[in-house]
Amino acid sequence: MKYRSVFDIIGPVMVGPSSSHTAGPVRIGQIARRLFNDQPERVVVRLYGSFAETYKGHASDVAVIGGILNYETDDPRIPDSLVTAMELGIDVTFIKEDAIPEHPNTMKITMTKGEDKLDLAAISIGGGVVRITELNGFPLKLSGENPAILVFHKDVYGVIAGVASNLAMNKINISGMNVSRIEKGDVALMTIETDQPISHNLINAITHMENILRVITLNE
Amino acid sequence: MFRNVNELVQQAQDQNKKLYEIMIDQETELTEKSRKEVIVAMNKQFQVMKSSAAKGLEGVTSYSGMTGGDAKKMDEYIGRGQYMTDPTLLRAMSYAVSINEVNASMGLICASPTAGSSGVLPAVVLAVQEKLGMADEDAMLHLFTAGAFGFVIANNAFISGAAGGCQAEIGSASAMAAAAAVEMAGGTPHQAAHAMAMALKNMLGLTCDPLAGLVEVPCIKRNAAGASNAIIAAEMALAGVESKVPWDEVISAMYNIGLLMPASLRETSLAGLAATETGKMWKEKLL
Repeated sequence: MKYRSVFDIIGPVMVGPSSSHTAGPVRIGQIARRLFNDQPERVVVRLYGSFAETYKGHASDVAVIGGILNYETDDPRIPDSLVTAMELGIDVTFIKEDAIPEHPNTMKITMTKGEDKLDLAAISIGGGVVRITELNGFPLKLSGENPAILVFHKDVYGVIAGVASNLAMNKINISGMNVSRIEKGDVALMTIETDQPISHNLINAITHMENILRVITLNE
Repeated sequence: MFRNVNELVQQAQDQNKKLYEIMIDQETELTEKSRKEVIVAMNKQFQVMKSSAAKGLEGVTSYSGMTGGDAKKMDEYIGRGQYMTDPTLLRAMSYAVSINEVNASMGLICASPTAGSSGVLPAVVLAVQEKLGMADEDAMLHLFTAGAFGFVIANNAFISGAAGGCQAEIGSASAMAAAAAVEMAGGTPHQAAHAMAMALKNMLGLTCDPLAGLVEVPCIKRNAAGASNAIIAAEMALAGVESKVPWDEVISAMYNIGLLMPASLRETSLAGLAATETGKMWKEKLL
């Protein structure tokens, strides 16, 4: 099921003009910001398909930057987000791409601050509902609607079971999960969406487990 | 959990419940929230719908400057009392235009199911509410009725113009609104489903080719068309007219048509109205 809640259909409450091209990008920007967990110095947004053709008219540009500034979809400050970003010293670039994407509403965001860098690809599937489809080159499927942890780990046996049992011991139910890797035996990314929020202590415990390289959390 | 319209109607009939109750039950089960919390959340959406319906009547201009002021004209026209049809229909039309003008001005709206089609459902619910003299707390519940059908359409087809054309946006909104209107007027779940199917059938094949890619032309006026079409379908269903093509098959047809629709007619502003001389002129001017 792509849509689960009645409020995916009757909602979101948002500033116009487009749920897929305005509210969707706000949500993508929000998730990107939460995954990066810091205010970036530089943001590059690549737009594909329908986004590339119509982003200015739909205010997708101010919307995605509004999301990166942590605004909600109904925040009246969205129309001024590009100016605000400039005032905060965030360097913003939009690039219109010609490549034809798998989904018509696709964007890629690169955020950097010093040495820190985050690359993600996302799609806006309609009604303000989005999916993150790629993180730092790893394919994934993340709605951003539930708490989640994204664990980069060595691609060896037992790591997934270890993380899962750690969650189970803390009575956290996994609602969705996927694992991807670019090369066998190298680095893998496990994405786990949960029904309950994941505590700071538990994240710490998982971070210090064997073969874990990096943990990113997405709590509501 | 219902996955299609058949299951939705079946559950309402078996449990002898309104369609909105089936949707509320499913939502409380999914989110583990209480019935009261879910209703309070929906009431918030309803209040946003009401204020956006009122706001555009005062006259607003779009973010791009291309459109605005038409809801005000409609409202004044209704006020003069010299119209041809029926005040409920006219109210629905003026609210639909109003909300979508507010949307185009980057004002606050509630997507239902999308922002581009956000005028249709509130317009119908509010106009029918006025006609029936229904209290807010009763009228508001029918957003769950509409949501139930929207949920089925969204999961079995699509609701974005970029994915399936305007039939997926205004078409879905009109179908949802038709079902809500039937239930508001005291129709059965069966009749609501027929209204949904008839409204959607009337919108099949509609492309998404707005000028300069903006949610303005023809979207704003098409919200009025979607609202009127919902009332047409609801009236027919209440009269006992049934869709010859079964409910869920109509949704599949919308999906198939959307898949066949070229990308140029799915919110890329590369063909149709967007590619007219006037469309190109606006694109040049605005982008």
